Amino acid sequence: MKKLLVATDGSEHAKRALLKAIDIAGKDEEAIIDLMYVVDGETSKADVLHYGDSDTASFKREKKLKESVELVEAEGIKANLIIEHGDPEETLIDHANSNDYDLVLVGSRGRNKLQTMVLGSVSHKLVKHIDAPVMVVK
Amino acid sequence: MRKVFSKDEWLGNVRGDVLAGIVVALALIPEAIAFSIIAGVDPMVGLYASFSIAVVIAFVGGRPGMISGATGAMALLMTTLVAEHGLQYLLAATVLTGILQVLAGVFKLAKYMKFIPRSVMVGFVNALAILIFTSQLQHFVDETWVMFALVGLTLAIIYLLPLITKAVPSTLIAIIVVTALAIFMNFGVRTVGDMGELTRTLPMFLIPDIPLNFETLQIIFPYALALTVVGLLESLLTASIVDDATDTESDKNMESRGQGIANITTGFFGGMAGCAMIGQSVINVKSGGKGRLSSLVAGVVLMFLIIVLGNIVVQIPMAALAGVMIMVSIGTFDWSSLKTLHIVPKSDVAVMVVTVAVVVYTHDLSIGVLSGVVLSALFFAAKISKVKVMSLLVDGGDKRIYYIKGQLFFASVTEFLTKFDFSEEIKEVELDFTHAHLWDDSAAGALDKIEAKFEQHGTHVIKKGLNIESTELMDKIGGITKGADH
Repeated sequence: MKKLLVATDGSEHAKRALLKAIDIAGKDEEAIIDLMYVVDGETSKADVLHYGDSDTASFKREKKLKESVELVEAEGIKANLIIEHGDPEETLIDHANSNDYDLVLVGSRGRNKLQTMVLGSVSHKLVKHIDAPVMVVK
Repeated sequence: MRKVFSKDEWLGNVRGDVLAGIVVALALIPEAIAFSIIAGVDPMVGLYASFSIAVVIAFVGGRPGMISGATGAMALLMTTLVAEHGLQYLLAATVLTGILQVLAGVFKLAKYMKFIPRSVMVGFVNALAILIFTSQLQHFVDETWVMFALVGLTLAIIYLLPLITKAVPSTLIAIIVVTALAIFMNFGVRTVGDMGELTRTLPMFLIPDIPLNFETLQIIFPYALALTVVGLLESLLTASIVDDATDTESDKNMESRGQGIANITTGFFGGMAGCAMIGQSVINVKSGGKGRLSSLVAGVVLMFLIIVLGNIVVQIPMAALAGVMIMVSIGTFDWSSLKTLHIVPKSDVAVMVVTVAVVVYTHDLSIGVLSGVVLSALFFAAKISKVKVMSLLVDGGDKRIYYIKGQLFFASVTEFLTKFDFSEEIKEVELDFTHAHLWDDSAAGALDKIEAKFEQHGTHVIKKGLNIESTELMDKIGGITKGADH
């Protein structure tokens, strides 16, 4: 297990997936964990309203996700933060398939109740369309 | 200023833009009709507006991928003008709004957006959501259970269909199903046709039929000003949201000017004033729209559908439109602001709530925003006007040192002056300003006053630690009041 991709949104569920990834990568010096966060339209609306403009919103997101990156680096594993804009599922699938990952990890259950209702099919969709093995962490 | 005919902005994403444009056109129709009804005009006025604004802004806007048209925020501001003076005055106000917005663009006023606090913006969208919702309640008055059932069905389809498929816009399916049901079951419910005429013709150039005199200007100017402010506010907010969603930059002054040109054109073609739409722009970006082509396609397809399908559109039951509007209001409301209510500072919550309350009471978003800004300024002044003064008795009781910390200006001096004991029997006081800043003549005056009062009592005053700016201020205006006393 050298190259892992973890989908994150800064939630507890995503953190569980991240911890699992750190666990799997072990103390391997060559292991790399890519952390991916996708900003969708609704997130843009809420963040711009609360932070004023796009630049500040981007800065706040990076700051929030920095914690996760530090969590990985504290274990002596290399980490990259990837922030993309678009449809979360499609963007994640595209990114996963255009790079060689040994494993893709996603947390089950996202942020709110509405998503929880839909999310069963989201993880199913990811498992179906991502070429690499996908682990759904509970 | 960026080039309007940038090849990349027009043809960089043809497939995505055309598909997204069609989706947006379908979603625009019910909204344009519903907003016309809110404003109190025929459905065609809103449809012409959405057509003309979407097409014009495609060429002159500063934010490719953003969708503009007839909006609820603007419609709500027009109600009184239409009721008291009629459509022609609304068209004239629309042209005037456009002229004011072009001026705002030319004079680069977009940067002043930063003076509007975020809690006011949150209050703005929440108030807008509440007003759109309450504007639908009139359609339920004296209605039978059929109305409630059809609205319920519309909402059920809108929210549940995406769980099965996202290929078609669920709003459109909801409208088709409910319209078909109403026609075949012959419910006899009120339809779009009952709310006004829907002429299946292209808009024509007409000069608003109003007397061109000062009295007319007096009538339309206050409305045009409110429309200008609200239109730019929502457009620039939407532009920032699209900036973020697409991770690209936009030209806010060009967008202000573009909104103006679009409104001038729209007024002359029989449409009501409009602005950018948050919801539609998010739909556009989600559907793959990024370039200028998406807005052009949305406008053209909308007009085409109205001309071809006009006789079906008039049969859409009001229940279906009310359902769509309830969905729009739920989507507009910033629900995350409720979740963070207990975390953000109480003064921010107060500003947000006051903004919402004023808008709901006055039905005028511009007054609400103004109240919010004023209240925020007051809170800020109150917060920053807290000046800390600590003191220490030294030299065996002969000298007292006052340590002053904070901002000294007109709002803080009154309280500041109460912190000194002028009648204390000491030889000398030292005022330490290392952690203070003097901002205006009130501050300089207060300092002079303190010095004068101590000296009257025979106490010598030493000032220490004034920073350069404060010293310059004292040199310029200090000493005047003291001199006048003697």
